[in-house]
Amino acid sequence: MVPGVAYFLVFHYGAFIGNAVAFKEYVPFDGLWASPWVGFENFDRMFGDPDFWHATWNTLFLAVLQLVFFFPVPLGLALLLHSLTSDLTRRFVQSVVYLPHFLSWVIVVALFQQVLADTGLLNSVLGQAGLHSVDIIGNPDAYPALVVAQVVWKDAGWGTIIFLAALMQVDEQQYEAAAIDGAGPWRRFWHVTLPSIRPVVILLLIMRLGDILSVGFEQMLLQRQSVGPEAGEVLDTFVFWQGIVGGDTGYAAAAGLFKGVVGAILVFAANKVAHRLGEQGVYK
Amino acid sequence: MEKPKPVTQVAKALAIVTILVMVFVPFLVIISTSFASNREVIANGGWVLWPTHPTLRAYEQVFEGGIVTKALGVSAAVTIIGTLASLACTTFLAYALSRPKVYGGKPILLVVLFTFLFPPGMIPAFLLVKGMGMLESYSALIVPVLINVFNLVVLRGFFQGVPEELYEAARLDGANDWQILWRVVLPLSKAALAVVGLFYAVSYWNAWFHASIYLESDHWPLQQVLRTYVMGGSQIADTGLSDASNVSAPQTMQMAVLVIATVPILIVYPFLQKYFTKGVLTGAIKS
Repeated sequence: MVPGVAYFLVFHYGAFIGNAVAFKEYVPFDGLWASPWVGFENFDRMFGDPDFWHATWNTLFLAVLQLVFFFPVPLGLALLLHSLTSDLTRRFVQSVVYLPHFLSWVIVVALFQQVLADTGLLNSVLGQAGLHSVDIIGNPDAYPALVVAQVVWKDAGWGTIIFLAALMQVDEQQYEAAAIDGAGPWRRFWHVTLPSIRPVVILLLIMRLGDILSVGFEQMLLQRQSVGPEAGEVLDTFVFWQGIVGGDTGYAAAAGLFKGVVGAILVFAANKVAHRLGEQGVYK
Repeated sequence: MEKPKPVTQVAKALAIVTILVMVFVPFLVIISTSFASNREVIANGGWVLWPTHPTLRAYEQVFEGGIVTKALGVSAAVTIIGTLASLACTTFLAYALSRPKVYGGKPILLVVLFTFLFPPGMIPAFLLVKGMGMLESYSALIVPVLINVFNLVVLRGFFQGVPEELYEAARLDGANDWQILWRVVLPLSKAALAVVGLFYAVSYWNAWFHASIYLESDHWPLQQVLRTYVMGGSQIADTGLSDASNVSAPQTMQMAVLVIATVPILIVYPFLQKYFTKGVLTGAIKS
């Protein structure tokens, strides 16, 4: 047990204390503790920085897009898989759709580039059909759609696991009872299936909300260059760029801390709302 | 229940075929292109769906240079050592936290779960690794990510599912905690260990970000090499990887590196796939 506890104390709580750097003017030569305190100076500067607000706006925009367009996909896919009558087909499709989850973002982004870039698969097919080529990679306007498509491709299948499990636990007898009462497939779906999996859906929604400000750091960082910061900068990449590349450590830590605090507030709030609605939420 | 209507059946079949195609086609293109000949790739504008004259030339060239070979070694070593270390530490902590009477169990569990809700942030983590003198060391790729809270919760949930009678019986036979863990609990938890082990292995194999900030380029693991040469657009040939006068189309070599990075996952995947649902669910439901 000792190594595990030590790990959490050092690398989570130890690092956590390091957030103090957000209130300092970090001088690498002096190190964290000897650097001078500057109070809320970093935060003042941050709130006056248009780049910071730009990154925040991009973060929220992409996060909401993902919530609206990604979140329902695994649910729909799970319902589709669950409705398959052949066990063998279902297992096969399941193992195929889980697979992309295990690929790294480097590979996923590279795959998308191969298929969608100027000289990629899609454009040569379009070219052979005598159609205009479309620039998707490197086009800031297409970036939000591209990002969502990548997330769907990579993780929609994996996301079905938990919904499928919830669907398995729906009581067969309820379906039969509903069928005897004369409910057609749609009514059964609406009145039996959906209410039964509601707690799981809400749980996942809350967890996503808490994570909403971390819209795929690796994914964004890998593609920030090709679309430029105008479209591609999110809070995490902002922190990375300012702090680790730019060496503006205190400033970047302030932005990171801001993100962490807002994220935590979102989880608490979402959980409260869930309790109000009579759901269990993530914790009590 | 009544049989679904034929229209529904056809729609479902179509949906499923579309999904399968969408997953498979990118892989097919990558693999085919990596085996295609130089001429074919150029004639086709950068990619091939099915090579007419398959060749291993791209792979030979990729391995000749040494960068990829070295990165492959780094990735393999980090993955193996990291997975074993993570699995051991996670198991010990999960076992301790799964026993009802362990000293300080509740507060420690809360302390651990709290980190899930409120992670420390990138900059402090970076400063810590730097402060501990782990820059330019492979330990920077393993130690800071040693235990994953989700995996810990999965294992703890599984250990809690072991019937209490078994613990009591082992105690009566005079077994201590180590013996119980080793002889009773672990053999019953193979599915969970397999899943958690796979999750760790995949995350170590796929990691590149920490390597990119903590290590010099000549120590990079495969994913970071892949990022630089395939995505960053640097020509592998420019880096002395191969003789500039005798290169195949850059695409085939890029694809070859991509395949090399993907293959280990494709090999392990089918063996562990059957454990996923079981392992993930015990964790998810219990948490």
